[in-house]
Amino acid sequence: MKHRILLTVLLSLPVLTSHAEPAVVEAILDNGLKVIVKEDHRSPVVVSQVWYKVGSSYEPEGITGISHMLEHMMFKGTDKHPAGEFSRIIAENGGDENAFTGQDYTAYFQTLAADKLAVSFDLEADRMRNLHLLPEELKKELEVVTEERRMRTDDNPQAKMAEHFATMAFSNSPYKHPIIGWPDDIASYQVDDLIAWYQRWYAPNNATLVVVGDIKTAEVMALAKQYFADLKPSVLKPLKPQVDIAQLGQRKMVVKVPAQLPSVLLGYKVPSLNTATTEQDAYALEVLAGVLDGGNSARLSKSLVRGQQLAVAASAGYSLTSRLANLFELDATPAEGKTVWELETALKQEVFTLQKQLISAEELQRIKAQVLASAVYERDSGFYQAMQLGMLETIGLGWQKADEYVTKINSVTAEQVREVARKYLREDQLSIAYLEPQPMNSAHSTKPARPL
Amino acid sequence: MRSLLSTLAVIFFSPAIFAAAPIQHWQTAQGSQVYYVHTEGLPMVDIQVVFDAGSVREANQWGVASLTADLLESGAGQWQANEIAERFERVGAIFSSASSIDTASVSLRTLTDKPLFESAIDTMRVLISQPRFDDADFLREKNRSLAGLKQQQESPAEMASLAFYEALYGSHPYGHPSSGTLATVTALKVNDVRAFYKSHYVAANAMVVIVGDLTTQQAEQTATTLVKDLPIGTAQPPVPEVTLPTQAQRKHIEFPSTQTHVLVGIPGTYRNDPDYFDLYVGNHILGGGGLVSKLFDEVREKRGLAYSASSAFIPMLKPGPFIANLQTRNDQTTQALQVMHDTLTDYINNGPTDAELQAAKKNIIGGFAMRFDTNKELANYVAMIGFYHLPLDYLDNFQQKIAQVTVASITRAFKQHVPVNQLQTITVGKSAK
Repeated sequence: MKHRILLTVLLSLPVLTSHAEPAVVEAILDNGLKVIVKEDHRSPVVVSQVWYKVGSSYEPEGITGISHMLEHMMFKGTDKHPAGEFSRIIAENGGDENAFTGQDYTAYFQTLAADKLAVSFDLEADRMRNLHLLPEELKKELEVVTEERRMRTDDNPQAKMAEHFATMAFSNSPYKHPIIGWPDDIASYQVDDLIAWYQRWYAPNNATLVVVGDIKTAEVMALAKQYFADLKPSVLKPLKPQVDIAQLGQRKMVVKVPAQLPSVLLGYKVPSLNTATTEQDAYALEVLAGVLDGGNSARLSKSLVRGQQLAVAASAGYSLTSRLANLFELDATPAEGKTVWELETALKQEVFTLQKQLISAEELQRIKAQVLASAVYERDSGFYQAMQLGMLETIGLGWQKADEYVTKINSVTAEQVREVARKYLREDQLSIAYLEPQPMNSAHSTKPARPL
Repeated sequence: MRSLLSTLAVIFFSPAIFAAAPIQHWQTAQGSQVYYVHTEGLPMVDIQVVFDAGSVREANQWGVASLTADLLESGAGQWQANEIAERFERVGAIFSSASSIDTASVSLRTLTDKPLFESAIDTMRVLISQPRFDDADFLREKNRSLAGLKQQQESPAEMASLAFYEALYGSHPYGHPSSGTLATVTALKVNDVRAFYKSHYVAANAMVVIVGDLTTQQAEQTATTLVKDLPIGTAQPPVPEVTLPTQAQRKHIEFPSTQTHVLVGIPGTYRNDPDYFDLYVGNHILGGGGLVSKLFDEVREKRGLAYSASSAFIPMLKPGPFIANLQTRNDQTTQALQVMHDTLTDYINNGPTDAELQAAKKNIIGGFAMRFDTNKELANYVAMIGFYHLPLDYLDNFQQKIAQVTVASITRAFKQHVPVNQLQTITVGKSAK
């Protein structure tokens, strides 16, 4: 049992305590803007992120993707800073910037030399309330987003399958539609749609400002007040719950697209940390994902890719931090001569084994060691630390969950892992999609595509 | 905003000097070069062992370099793949190996606590010096590699990239795909991998990069441990010179995609090129500046023709490619190509304006510290400095080199390195009927 000894060493690392994590400080301005600051003095750099509580899961049908569209339009100027100025000013100050939209959030970020933080605040505060939304800009940007969709999804067989899969796995949960939106919806946005979306969600009391870097907390708070305090809050209408209706049995679909390789995707309905009635269930599912796919020694690599050699690739994924209940996903690509059905059986067998047998002490310790080490590695990146705080806050869990993570994972037992496997990874809660490759009809398909 | 900007301009003209951590360099007894940077604040270290063993070295056995690097963690010493993975993962270490055109790299990220660190280093040492290359592992990884090659054919971007390198480099070793082709990988035998390993994974051909919270003495010991079991061997011969394509050419590959991927370029510059900084800054203005560049502005901001439009120089041991690229709806290809061509031609003929140059310098110099604000990025810079024999004070002088670039030096360098009438153009997509 030398593994156990190693873990004990890991858990009592003296270096870890002497490198104690710097404190996170939060403040809420009178207008409702939450400001979260973490000092990190390893580099003379600062990252500043503005997170809005809005994303594709907030969107009604007909305007899917509008959060992402608005993210693009946020670079199109205000009275103070006409189109193009935002990016030009950030660039001239040595900054990097971009934005991203997810199911549960829309976020904007800049990384800058630490003494340039005010440049970011000035611009972000301005576009939080004063954005220009003009028809001629929208017309062009619609085309850009359509090209983005073609590149990310339409010309990518795996992404296309995932998109179709979500429409089947979810009944009425807004997680059923893609973040980028359906093509017809993208083509049909009107300026009024965007103005309404912007006015509804872009307000200080629906935003979180996260700053991590070589700064002094008190100075950041003062600066935040200086730039953001005058912004008017909005009256926020509560979001409708849209809880997915109970699934009443296994669902299956075939997705036929031009491709070279077949694949299979399985998804079980599971709670997230936000929706679980018992938090520990979510942490146990997180450990379960680690048992299956937490590295090259995890079960999917060990058993499916190497042992039985059924798959050329296999992975498992769980979204601990989603706002709504989500899927525990398993996906795999068969090895030459193997079928997606053989893989499906093997993946289900892995689930069955987790329900029958306790995971080994070594497996549990390996995952805990990895989590503990990751907690150190993550601090190498200020951007990552800011991401973590912003995301937890935005999905409604609160940034404090970041501090609890290691302790909570450490408290998970083998019995709890077996229990969540039994409770949630049930056939009736399962959706399955098969990618059935169609001929690519190009000079490069020298061989016909493999059948399933 | 105006007053703020003028203050910043003053700051720019007297930039605060941010010294990068100094690189310590030495050689092991067997002749491996070691580069070490001490960083504080976190009990962790990033280590890379880099070999002159990229795809440039694989002659006709395309894919052998990549397969060799992949197979290291499939078996070494007395251990099978499972034990190797467990040895790393139970101490929280992250191991990976990969090959590119110029190099093969074995990387480790680990905590510095002694028992954990020593276990991870010991495992890495065995992987580097005693890989097994068992038949069963070879066959499995070869099959996975073949599946990867098939998947590559699902992607118009990947197909375009392969055709692009072929067009630029022809039979030069930079011209073939790093992961091989279905035919060349199918033909590989386990002995090919063993032979490639034996001649390339040797001390004379190895470099160790260490960035993290170790003492110099610990770093010395670590480097020695990692490569001490490697035979000395011989360093690789020089890479052949690149011959430029003599005339502009366009090649189209028919593909069932909704977009056409467009790549335009030519072999551009190498790591030690005296013109490198002129080309780097010049390209920043043309298409390298993220959300602010001429290509981005002309293709996306003004016309909405593409989601991404950019350009880059990829400097290597010999001139790596200059690449300008975009993707657009199939029926817009002609228009987009015209916009790209006009933008490139205009820039190459006329160079940037002084205002454009000043803005680019402010961005690059002002953002200097962000290039290596993580251990990992710093380790990558140090590996680059080591492998390409750049001066150890490369990072310290970086800002000054950028500041010295002029409109005239950019214009001259672009005319010389990116001759318009020799540019190669690749399009992959469904042609308009």
